[in-house]
Amino acid sequence: MLPGPGARKEKNVDIVVLLKQVPATESLIQVADDGVSIKTEELKWVINPYDEFAVEEALRIREAQGGSVTVLSVGTDKAVEAIRTALAMGADTGVLVNDPAALGKGALATARVLAAAVKQIPFDLVIAGQRAVDADQFQVGPAVAEYLRIPNVSMVIKTELLDGSIRCHRTIEGGTVVVESPLPMLFTTQRGLNEPRYASLPGIMKAKKKPLETKTLADFGLDAGALEGPTARIRALSPPAERGGGRIIEGESAAEKAAALVKALHEEAKVI
Amino acid sequence: MGLGRDEMDKSVSEDFLRLKQQVVQFIEQDLEPVHLQVEESAEIPEHLVDKMRRLGLFGLSIPRDYGGLGLTTLEEILIYEEITKTNACFRSRIGTSNGIGSMGILYDGTEEQKRRYLPRVASGEWTAAFALTEPDAGSDAANISTQAVLDGDSWVLNGTKQFITNADTAQFFTTIAVTDETKGASGGVTAFIVERDAPGFVVGPADVKMGLKGSHTHELVFKDCRVPAENVIGGMARVGQGFKTAMRVLDKGRLSMGACAVGAAQKVLDLCVERVQRELASGMAKADLQAEMFALADMATQLYAARQMLYSTAIKKDEGRNVTQEASMTKIFCTEMASRIAGLAMDSFGEEGILTRSRIEIFLRDVRLYRIYEGTSEIQRIIVSRNLLKNSRSRA
Repeated sequence: MLPGPGARKEKNVDIVVLLKQVPATESLIQVADDGVSIKTEELKWVINPYDEFAVEEALRIREAQGGSVTVLSVGTDKAVEAIRTALAMGADTGVLVNDPAALGKGALATARVLAAAVKQIPFDLVIAGQRAVDADQFQVGPAVAEYLRIPNVSMVIKTELLDGSIRCHRTIEGGTVVVESPLPMLFTTQRGLNEPRYASLPGIMKAKKKPLETKTLADFGLDAGALEGPTARIRALSPPAERGGGRIIEGESAAEKAAALVKALHEEAKVI
Repeated sequence: MGLGRDEMDKSVSEDFLRLKQQVVQFIEQDLEPVHLQVEESAEIPEHLVDKMRRLGLFGLSIPRDYGGLGLTTLEEILIYEEITKTNACFRSRIGTSNGIGSMGILYDGTEEQKRRYLPRVASGEWTAAFALTEPDAGSDAANISTQAVLDGDSWVLNGTKQFITNADTAQFFTTIAVTDETKGASGGVTAFIVERDAPGFVVGPADVKMGLKGSHTHELVFKDCRVPAENVIGGMARVGQGFKTAMRVLDKGRLSMGACAVGAAQKVLDLCVERVQRELASGMAKADLQAEMFALADMATQLYAARQMLYSTAIKKDEGRNVTQEASMTKIFCTEMASRIAGLAMDSFGEEGILTRSRIEIFLRDVRLYRIYEGTSEIQRIIVSRNLLKNSRSRA
């Protein structure tokens, strides 16, 4: 049957966003007395900035296509705050895996838990930050895709939904590459993908009434013993060296310096 | 109930605190970086107004049934206090519309009027303004001379209004006019909704002012201006009741002015504290900074007192009590306190402060206007003293 006039609505896309709560980037990080962790008492906690891009992209896709956005996180009670913020931005439902056995076991164990949780949610698309800005491991997103046996595209700066597939622009050294993947798939975000919205004030009021489920490993048929321990252990933490002076771009001509600067801004600073 | 700033945070809901946190983040990330640009261009960039709309700032005081947030008076002034820590015109852009411009419709309008105007104000699609002041009648609302005469199925308005905030952007004006000269304020004054495209309605050029430069005031001219008969706020049954509507609107407006003064004064105090800390850090002895340190103590003490008045009056209003007297006293004290603090800060900053576009200089000019807007200090004193005399007579 042909769609009626003006009735053309793209296919609904159900999206799961993987979200981690991390210390605010402007926090003063201090090494704890044990030497292998950081002091957390006075930190302000926020949504991982790359995950904020993921929430925003999910909302934009839903607004254009219809569908749903579920925010999924592994964390403690504290992480409710981050999920509520995502719900206030406009996500539909939240799921928090809050189980001591799921914490502190490293990126692959986290990915296994997240993958098990995603399997219980109908989805066409999973969006994750390229990395969490706390441990900077870059592992969880791709590992979840691997556990789910779905394609993964990382470092995405632009997306285009097609019929049953998605076109992703991802950054590579010196440029961008455009790839297409069938759905369902997972992609991770890169700076430049979008500008995350503020949670609107009415959104904040409504967020409290949105469903937020708390789950434990048992809900996924996982038992703590099945999760591998961390594959790497932190032996010592130390603050970074004091920052040195700025860098002067060398070059024969203004044009040459500008080219070198653009290259540095694109490839190193990744701001353009 | 404790009434310090932090205690107040404990006496409002967690939802509200989350909301306030979002507003503070918006102020710090989007408004504060352009506060000077806005001062110099005397204009709020439209993309920022758009962000305010998306954030929901235009619906603070409008009930949820009409698309707003339905904050209490107390919650609303806590938000205004934050916004006036940056350039004052941002608060004015929001607060005039979802404050004095539209509150008359909320308080006394018909259901149809509420449905037509309030959701559009709450979304920020429409801006509302309040037209009371005239060339020969300042804040003393009883002396206005703009006339409205019923002619068939429309009212014909003639007169001039002055210093009308946001007249450049407003789509409609809550306009107070005389409908029966023989009756004066009680029974002879009516509140109308005048839409911008009403025939015979003209908005004059912007006034050039010493402060609040990014918030524009204009003259309005009504020349045989026709508005539909049903545009009386509250319908034909409320012809002659406009003075009451205006007074109720102003009670709230006066508390908002108090909040603006408190927010600005807090920012000025913060700047002064930072300055003294800098001086101490650079090796200045405390003994050499005694005048500045005493000034800090005086500022903080006055600010504390002002805040108590503001919060407790807001709470009383939220309890549904009549606060005309208290709102006037609060406006006098808070706005005059802010002027004193800005003056002390200027003494403390010295030549650094008098530079044009220094933070202190901008606040000094802006807070001076709060003593005049929405009822001058003198008008407030008249209200307060007349109430005292009236009450003592009734007791006698």
